[in-house]
Amino acid sequence: MKYSTLILANLFRKKIRLILTLGSFFVALFLFGMLAAIRGAFNQGVDVAGADRLVVINRVSLISPVPLSYMDKIRQIKGVKYITHMSWFGGVYQDPKNFFPKFAVDVENQRLVYPELLVSDAEWNNFVKDREGAVVGASVAKRFGWKVGDRIPIKGDIFSGNWEFNLDGIYHGKDAQQDESQMWFQWNYLEERAKDQIKGRVGWYTLRVNNPDDSGRIAKEIDEKFANSSYETKTETEKSFATGFVKQLGNIQFLIITIGSVVFFTLLLITGNTMAIAVRERTGELAVLKAVGFSDRFILLFVMAESLVIALIGGGLGIIASKILAAVHNPIPNVLPYFSVPNQALVMGFVLALAVGLISGIIPAIGAMRLRVVDALRRV
Amino acid sequence: MAIPVVYNLRSVRQRWNSSIVAVLGIAGTVGVFVAMLSLAHGFKATLVASGTTDNALVLRAGANAEMNGAVTLDEVRILQDAPGIARGANGPLVSAEAVMIAPFPLISTGTDANVQIRGVSPTALEVRKTLKIVEGRFLQPGLTELVVGRNVAGTYAGLKMGSEVRFGGATWHVVGVFDAGGSAFDSEVWADAHVLNQVYKRPDNIFQSVTVHLTSPDAMQQFKDKVSADPRMNVDIDREVNYYSKQSQTMTSIITTLGGIVAIIMAIGAVFGALNTMYSAVSERSREIATLRALGFGAGSVVFSFTVEALLISFVGGVVGCLVVLPLNGFTTGAMNWQTFSHLAFAFKITPPLLLQGIIFALVMGLIGGLPPAIRAARRPVAPALRGL
Repeated sequence: MKYSTLILANLFRKKIRLILTLGSFFVALFLFGMLAAIRGAFNQGVDVAGADRLVVINRVSLISPVPLSYMDKIRQIKGVKYITHMSWFGGVYQDPKNFFPKFAVDVENQRLVYPELLVSDAEWNNFVKDREGAVVGASVAKRFGWKVGDRIPIKGDIFSGNWEFNLDGIYHGKDAQQDESQMWFQWNYLEERAKDQIKGRVGWYTLRVNNPDDSGRIAKEIDEKFANSSYETKTETEKSFATGFVKQLGNIQFLIITIGSVVFFTLLLITGNTMAIAVRERTGELAVLKAVGFSDRFILLFVMAESLVIALIGGGLGIIASKILAAVHNPIPNVLPYFSVPNQALVMGFVLALAVGLISGIIPAIGAMRLRVVDALRRV
Repeated sequence: MAIPVVYNLRSVRQRWNSSIVAVLGIAGTVGVFVAMLSLAHGFKATLVASGTTDNALVLRAGANAEMNGAVTLDEVRILQDAPGIARGANGPLVSAEAVMIAPFPLISTGTDANVQIRGVSPTALEVRKTLKIVEGRFLQPGLTELVVGRNVAGTYAGLKMGSEVRFGGATWHVVGVFDAGGSAFDSEVWADAHVLNQVYKRPDNIFQSVTVHLTSPDAMQQFKDKVSADPRMNVDIDREVNYYSKQSQTMTSIITTLGGIVAIIMAIGAVFGALNTMYSAVSERSREIATLRALGFGAGSVVFSFTVEALLISFVGGVVGCLVVLPLNGFTTGAMNWQTFSHLAFAFKITPPLLLQGIIFALVMGLIGGLPPAIRAARRPVAPALRGL
């Protein structure tokens, strides 16, 4: 474009202001990216919930166990494809701060119900054969620098005593959003060591159904089957289970997102205002341009181009920086295992930056366009 | 010689629109900063207030939360005879407790949230002296009766005074409401420990935790030494206060980390805003500054004067920010207590030290945003600036 030199020269006329305005855009969009990541982190469980999965828990509460004998009974219900059980283990690795969830799992069915968490067959076979074996998610392995073959000491709290596991495998999520922060070990081993506490019961069941449309009927059938027994159940889809859990986390995410959004828009407002001032300062020059014969439309585009360039470069860099930072550093890995800026947020960020650039440019630009040359030149 | 502050006041007023932008930026930042701190502070205060220094909490060795504990009746008997334990009219002040969680629908969203159900011994009120029954009466041992914390009735559906509620396979009557002074107990539902164990089909001789009231805070050491030395005991003993402040750590760290990220990003944005305002102030007034210098004010006075101006703007911003968030004080919200998996009601707590921190934060931003432009103003050569335009 033949006027690019002119636009560039205008951009760089006040370097400090350019840097500050770029910086403000950078900061605003960086914040936008972080908020998207925080939101995603809180809702990760909901976002990855399998549409064909149901969760069966004890009606009394999440932490009350259900009998192992239910497994076969549930499997007989029409439409149930696979079923597995999990039990919360608790436990502390070195320090309570190093929290990550540890589950005793059913090695036969685990991979059938969670096909999106990938482990190589070789590693899985070792795990199945090894009574004290364990498989951990890639992010935990990375966090503590574990390799296959390491021995992991865990101090029990719900199940007392010192436990040691052999790391036989590392699982990876099929896509980036999966929870790679869990540890699995054999439920048989837990039962063997804590028979009196387990008493043939497991934490909860997760099952896959043939047809997600059947979920409602199957859930009802399961709960009716065990109604009026000593262990009544509550069956719901994995999604509503996860949603309930997120709701329980309370208003924290709501507060942070609300406050953050207010901040974001304030920042944009301030930035837009600064850019508008920068244009207003140059009224005289614009009048000269018009006086020497540039058209009204040219002046409009000329002013807009400048604010758009600033918005795009500053905002673009900001949102990309947030993406990179979130990818390399999770601020609270023990509570929010998944921390990343989703791609939709990247796009939305660009669009927002563009919109602010447009809006903050257009008001002074229209003013400049309508300017009467004589008036403007008369002004000092 | 110093330039009179009136000069700065007038110039702030003169350029009111760009000053307002800077004030808004700083006010917003300070507001977020104080709100986040007060949230974390409120959560922590709620849990810390739950413990008193002359109470000790006894858990099974290695269990770091009440929920994971298991203390046998035999162990409870030994604790009752331990030295340092205060005695009331009905014997030693020891409350063996069973802890459960049960889901109840939140009034606000209609979705279930876990409520902590605490099965207590008849001595529970004497052990926790800060707790008062404010409505109805305390529960009678052996009956399926409940007393609820004062936040419970307003937070969950169906737990009002006098109502009947079904959970865990029994029908319970709410016979009283207690006030625990804004602590975590205010979000709890209390039942009789034996009845609760029975209803949940748990062994009657096992409890999750034991809370004991000591004769004085100093009696702790004696009590702890004696119990730890007993070979029949397999327990951990901690002051109640320590136990509850440890519980608050996870949530406090979430709030402060996430809130910190937002506040820091915003602070950088606000500093940019302040820098922009001050730089344009300096360039607009280059002739004025040169005049001041020509009149004999030194470079130091010019730097000082412009810094004062920036500090003035940021101070106003800080005060506005604090005033805006002040109504949040006492606003009750809820969050999950990570250690008990149960829902806890707590309030924003804005204290004078927090407000002071907010103002200091504002002044620091003002200083960072004001000093570079001030130095630039002082460095301008006098003669060309006077000649300019």
